[in-house]
Amino acid sequence: MAANPMKIRASNKDGVTEVKVLISHEMETGQRKDASGAIVPAWFITELTAKHNDRLVLGAEFGTAVSKNPYLAFRFKGGAKGDKIVVSWKDSKGETRTDEAAIA
Amino acid sequence: MNNQRRNVLKSGSGAALLTVLAAAGIIKPGMALAEWNKAAFDAKSMADTLKAMGVGSPVDSKDVQVTGPDIAENGAVVPVGVSSTLPNVTMVAILIEKNPNALAATFTLPEGTEANVQTRVKMGQTSNVYALVKSDGKFFMATKEIKVTLGGCGG
Repeated sequence: MAANPMKIRASNKDGVTEVKVLISHEMETGQRKDASGAIVPAWFITELTAKHNDRLVLGAEFGTAVSKNPYLAFRFKGGAKGDKIVVSWKDSKGETRTDEAAIA
Repeated sequence: MNNQRRNVLKSGSGAALLTVLAAAGIIKPGMALAEWNKAAFDAKSMADTLKAMGVGSPVDSKDVQVTGPDIAENGAVVPVGVSSTLPNVTMVAILIEKNPNALAATFTLPEGTEANVQTRVKMGQTSNVYALVKSDGKFFMATKEIKVTLGGCGG
Protein backbone atom coordinates (compact mmCIF):
# COMPACT_ATOMS: atom_id res chain seq x y z
CA MET A 1 0.00 0.00 0.00
CA ALA A 2 2.47 2.51 1.19
CA ALA A 3 5.13 0.76 -0.76
CA ASN A 4 6.36 3.44 -3.08
CA PRO A 5 9.28 5.39 -1.70
CA MET A 6 9.18 9.15 -1.40
CA LYS A 7 11.15 11.18 -3.85
CA ILE A 8 13.35 13.55 -1.93
CA ARG A 9 15.57 16.16 -3.51
CA ALA A 10 17.73 18.37 -1.37
CA SER A 11 20.20 20.89 -2.65
CA ASN A 12 22.36 23.42 -0.88
CA LYS A 13 23.03 26.83 -2.30
CA ASP A 14 24.67 29.72 -0.46
CA GLY A 15 24.19 28.08 2.92
CA VAL A 16 20.50 27.40 2.46
CA THR A 17 19.20 23.93 1.80
CA GLU A 18 16.08 23.52 -0.27
CA VAL A 19 14.20 20.29 0.20
CA LYS A 20 11.53 19.01 -2.14
CA VAL A 21 9.51 15.95 -1.27
CA LEU A 22 7.06 14.02 -3.39
CA ILE A 23 5.10 11.42 -1.49
CA SER A 24 3.17 8.56 -2.97
CA HIS A 25 -0.15 8.46 -1.15
CA GLU A 26 -3.84 8.29 -2.06
CA MET A 27 -4.98 11.05 0.33
CA GLU A 28 -8.63 9.95 0.33
CA THR A 29 -10.85 12.65 1.75
CA GLY A 30 -13.66 10.43 2.95
CA GLN A 31 -16.09 12.46 0.84
CA ARG A 32 -15.72 10.65 -2.43
CA LYS A 33 -18.05 7.86 -3.52
CA ASP A 34 -17.05 4.80 -5.49
CA ALA A 35 -18.93 3.40 -8.49
CA SER A 36 -21.54 1.69 -6.28
CA GLY A 37 -22.23 4.88 -4.34
CA ALA A 38 -20.48 3.80 -1.16
CA ILE A 39 -18.30 6.40 0.49
CA VAL A 40 -14.62 5.73 0.15
CA PRO A 41 -13.28 5.95 3.70
CA ALA A 42 -10.81 8.70 4.51
CA TRP A 43 -7.19 7.70 4.32
CA PHE A 44 -4.60 10.42 4.37
CA ILE A 45 -1.28 11.46 5.78
CA THR A 46 -1.71 13.24 9.07
CA GLU A 47 1.81 13.97 10.19
CA LEU A 48 5.16 14.46 8.60
CA THR A 49 8.59 15.34 9.87
CA ALA A 50 11.81 16.20 8.10
CA LYS A 51 15.15 15.97 9.81
CA HIS A 52 18.60 17.08 8.91
CA ASN A 53 21.23 15.03 10.76
CA ASP A 54 18.69 14.17 13.50
CA ARG A 55 17.69 17.81 13.90
CA LEU A 56 14.07 18.60 13.11
CA VAL A 57 13.83 21.06 10.23
CA LEU A 58 10.12 20.79 9.47
CA GLY A 59 7.05 19.39 11.14
CA ALA A 60 3.81 19.22 9.20
CA GLU A 61 0.23 18.22 9.86
CA PHE A 62 -1.97 17.50 6.90
CA GLY A 63 -5.71 17.48 6.55
CA THR A 64 -7.66 15.79 3.80
CA ALA A 65 -7.32 18.86 1.59
CA VAL A 66 -3.72 18.10 0.71
CA SER A 67 -3.57 16.71 -2.82
CA LYS A 68 -3.09 13.10 -3.76
CA ASN A 69 0.60 12.27 -3.89
CA PRO A 70 1.51 15.29 -1.77
CA TYR A 71 4.27 17.63 -2.79
CA LEU A 72 6.14 19.71 -0.30
CA ALA A 73 9.00 22.18 -0.59
CA PHE A 74 10.75 24.13 2.13
CA ARG A 75 14.10 25.74 2.90
CA PHE A 76 16.30 25.82 5.96
CA LYS A 77 19.59 27.45 6.83
CA GLY A 78 22.61 25.21 7.02
CA GLY A 79 23.19 21.77 5.65
CA ALA A 80 26.15 20.63 3.63
CA LYS A 81 26.64 18.44 0.64
CA GLY A 82 26.31 14.80 1.60
CA ASP A 83 24.30 15.47 4.77
CA LYS A 84 21.32 13.26 5.31
CA ILE A 85 17.73 14.43 5.06
CA VAL A 86 15.25 12.01 6.60
CA VAL A 87 11.53 12.39 5.98
CA SER A 88 8.89 10.38 7.82
CA TRP A 89 5.14 10.38 7.60
CA LYS A 90 2.27 8.72 9.36
CA ASP A 91 -1.23 8.32 7.94
CA SER A 92 -4.70 7.99 9.38
CA LYS A 93 -4.45 4.19 9.31
CA GLY A 94 -1.32 4.34 11.40
CA GLU A 95 0.94 3.34 8.55
CA THR A 96 4.29 5.02 8.42
CA ARG A 97 7.10 5.39 5.99
CA THR A 98 10.57 6.86 6.26
CA ASP A 99 12.92 7.71 3.43
CA GLU A 100 16.16 9.55 3.24
CA ALA A 101 18.30 11.38 0.74
CA ALA A 102 21.65 13.12 0.73
CA ILE A 103 21.97 16.84 0.09
CA ALA A 104 23.33 17.41 -3.37
CA MET B 1 7.32 49.58 14.38
CA ASN B 2 7.75 50.43 18.05
CA ASN B 3 4.10 49.87 18.76
CA GLN B 4 4.36 46.40 17.44
CA ARG B 5 7.33 45.71 19.68
CA ARG B 6 5.36 46.88 22.72
CA ASN B 7 2.54 44.56 21.83
CA VAL B 8 4.89 41.67 21.48
CA LEU B 9 6.33 42.42 24.88
CA LYS B 10 2.90 42.71 26.43
CA SER B 11 1.70 39.41 25.10
CA GLY B 12 5.13 37.99 25.61
CA SER B 13 4.82 36.01 28.81
CA GLY B 14 1.92 33.82 27.77
CA ALA B 15 3.08 33.37 24.22
CA ALA B 16 6.61 32.61 25.29
CA LEU B 17 5.39 29.86 27.55
CA LEU B 18 3.39 28.36 24.71
CA THR B 19 6.39 28.44 22.47
CA VAL B 20 8.49 26.72 25.09
CA LEU B 21 5.84 24.06 25.57
CA ALA B 22 5.50 23.50 21.87
CA ALA B 23 9.23 23.32 21.40
CA ALA B 24 9.54 20.89 24.29
CA GLY B 25 6.83 18.69 22.83
CA ILE B 26 8.35 18.62 19.41
CA ILE B 27 11.95 18.21 20.37
CA LYS B 28 11.31 15.61 23.04
CA PRO B 29 13.35 12.56 22.05
CA GLY B 30 11.47 9.43 21.15
CA MET B 31 8.50 11.41 19.96
CA ALA B 32 9.12 11.49 16.27
CA LEU B 33 5.83 12.97 15.20
CA ALA B 34 3.85 15.81 16.66
CA GLU B 35 0.32 15.34 17.93
CA TRP B 36 -2.21 15.72 15.15
CA ASN B 37 -4.69 18.46 15.99
CA LYS B 38 -7.91 16.58 15.29
CA ALA B 39 -10.22 19.32 16.48
CA ALA B 40 -8.67 21.85 14.12
CA PHE B 41 -8.71 19.55 11.10
CA ASP B 42 -12.29 18.43 11.81
CA ALA B 43 -13.57 21.97 12.19
CA LYS B 44 -15.72 23.09 9.30
CA SER B 45 -15.64 26.86 9.25
CA MET B 46 -12.74 29.25 9.35
CA ALA B 47 -13.81 30.56 12.75
CA ASP B 48 -14.06 27.12 14.32
CA THR B 49 -10.71 26.14 12.88
CA LEU B 50 -8.98 29.19 14.28
CA LYS B 51 -10.60 28.54 17.64
CA ALA B 52 -9.44 24.94 17.66
CA MET B 53 -5.93 26.08 16.85
CA GLY B 54 -5.98 28.52 19.72
CA VAL B 55 -5.72 31.49 17.42
CA GLY B 56 -7.44 34.60 18.69
CA SER B 57 -7.81 37.16 15.96
CA PRO B 58 -5.03 37.14 13.42
CA VAL B 59 -3.93 40.47 12.02
CA ASP B 60 -3.84 41.01 8.27
CA SER B 61 -0.26 41.53 7.27
CA LYS B 62 1.46 42.59 4.10
CA ASP B 63 4.49 40.63 5.25
CA VAL B 64 2.68 37.37 4.62
CA GLN B 65 2.29 36.16 1.06
CA VAL B 66 0.07 33.48 -0.37
CA THR B 67 1.21 32.27 -3.74
CA GLY B 68 -0.91 30.28 -6.11
CA PRO B 69 -2.63 30.52 -9.44
CA ASP B 70 -5.40 33.05 -9.97
CA ILE B 71 -7.37 30.37 -11.72
CA ALA B 72 -6.89 26.69 -11.03
CA GLU B 73 -8.18 24.49 -13.80
CA ASN B 74 -8.00 21.37 -11.70
CA GLY B 75 -9.17 21.76 -8.12
CA ALA B 76 -7.60 18.45 -7.15
CA VAL B 77 -4.10 19.83 -7.52
CA VAL B 78 -3.68 23.49 -6.68
CA PRO B 79 -0.14 24.63 -5.95
CA VAL B 80 -0.16 26.91 -2.93
CA GLY B 81 2.78 28.49 -1.18
CA VAL B 82 3.15 30.61 1.90
CA SER B 83 6.05 32.88 2.58
CA SER B 84 6.67 35.62 5.07
CA THR B 85 9.33 38.13 5.90
CA LEU B 86 8.22 38.35 9.52
CA PRO B 87 10.80 37.39 12.14
CA ASN B 88 10.79 34.19 14.18
CA VAL B 89 8.05 32.42 12.30
CA THR B 90 7.31 29.19 14.14
CA MET B 91 4.12 28.06 12.46
CA VAL B 92 2.51 28.34 9.05
CA ALA B 93 -0.96 27.12 8.15
CA ILE B 94 -2.98 26.98 4.95
CA LEU B 95 -6.73 27.37 5.22
CA ILE B 96 -9.27 27.15 2.43
CA GLU B 97 -12.45 28.92 3.39
CA LYS B 98 -14.97 27.01 1.32
CA ASN B 99 -13.58 23.52 1.64
CA PRO B 100 -15.56 21.02 3.76
CA ASN B 101 -12.84 21.39 6.37
CA ALA B 102 -11.10 24.71 6.19
CA LEU B 103 -7.71 23.65 7.47
CA ALA B 104 -5.53 22.05 4.80
CA ALA B 105 -2.15 21.84 6.45
CA THR B 106 -0.05 23.28 9.21
CA PHE B 107 3.72 23.43 9.31
CA THR B 108 5.94 23.73 12.33
CA LEU B 109 9.11 25.62 11.55
CA PRO B 110 11.99 25.13 13.96
CA GLU B 111 14.65 27.81 14.19
CA GLY B 112 16.65 28.02 10.98
CA THR B 113 13.81 26.93 8.72
CA GLU B 114 12.62 29.71 6.45
CA ALA B 115 9.03 30.89 6.40
CA ASN B 116 8.62 29.64 2.89
CA VAL B 117 6.72 26.43 2.18
CA GLN B 118 4.99 25.15 -0.89
CA THR B 119 2.56 22.32 -1.28
CA ARG B 120 -0.42 21.26 -3.35
CA VAL B 121 -3.97 21.23 -2.08
CA LYS B 122 -7.44 20.24 -3.16
CA MET B 123 -10.13 22.84 -3.54
CA GLY B 124 -13.81 21.99 -3.88
CA GLN B 125 -14.72 25.34 -5.37
CA THR B 126 -13.56 28.89 -5.88
CA SER B 127 -12.51 30.17 -2.50
CA ASN B 128 -10.33 32.46 -0.51
CA VAL B 129 -7.14 30.78 0.56
CA TYR B 130 -5.71 32.02 3.84
CA ALA B 131 -2.16 31.81 5.02
CA LEU B 132 -1.80 31.96 8.77
CA VAL B 133 1.62 32.69 10.18
CA LYS B 134 2.79 32.75 13.77
CA SER B 135 5.58 35.21 14.29
CA ASP B 136 7.00 36.06 17.71
CA GLY B 137 3.98 34.37 19.25
CA LYS B 138 1.47 36.49 17.34
CA PHE B 139 -0.72 35.48 14.46
CA PHE B 140 -0.79 37.15 11.07
CA MET B 141 -2.84 36.37 8.01
CA ALA B 142 -2.99 36.96 4.30
CA THR B 143 -5.57 36.00 1.70
CA LYS B 144 -5.71 35.15 -1.96
CA GLU B 145 -8.73 34.18 -3.97
CA ILE B 146 -8.21 31.19 -6.21
CA LYS B 147 -10.85 30.47 -8.79
CA VAL B 148 -11.49 26.82 -9.49
CA THR B 149 -12.93 25.65 -12.78
CA LEU B 150 -13.16 21.97 -11.87
CA GLY B 151 -13.68 21.01 -8.23
CA GLY B 152 -11.34 18.57 -6.58
CA CYS B 153 -13.53 16.96 -4.00
CA GLY B 154 -16.43 15.35 -5.86
CA GLY B 155 -14.75 13.22 -8.47
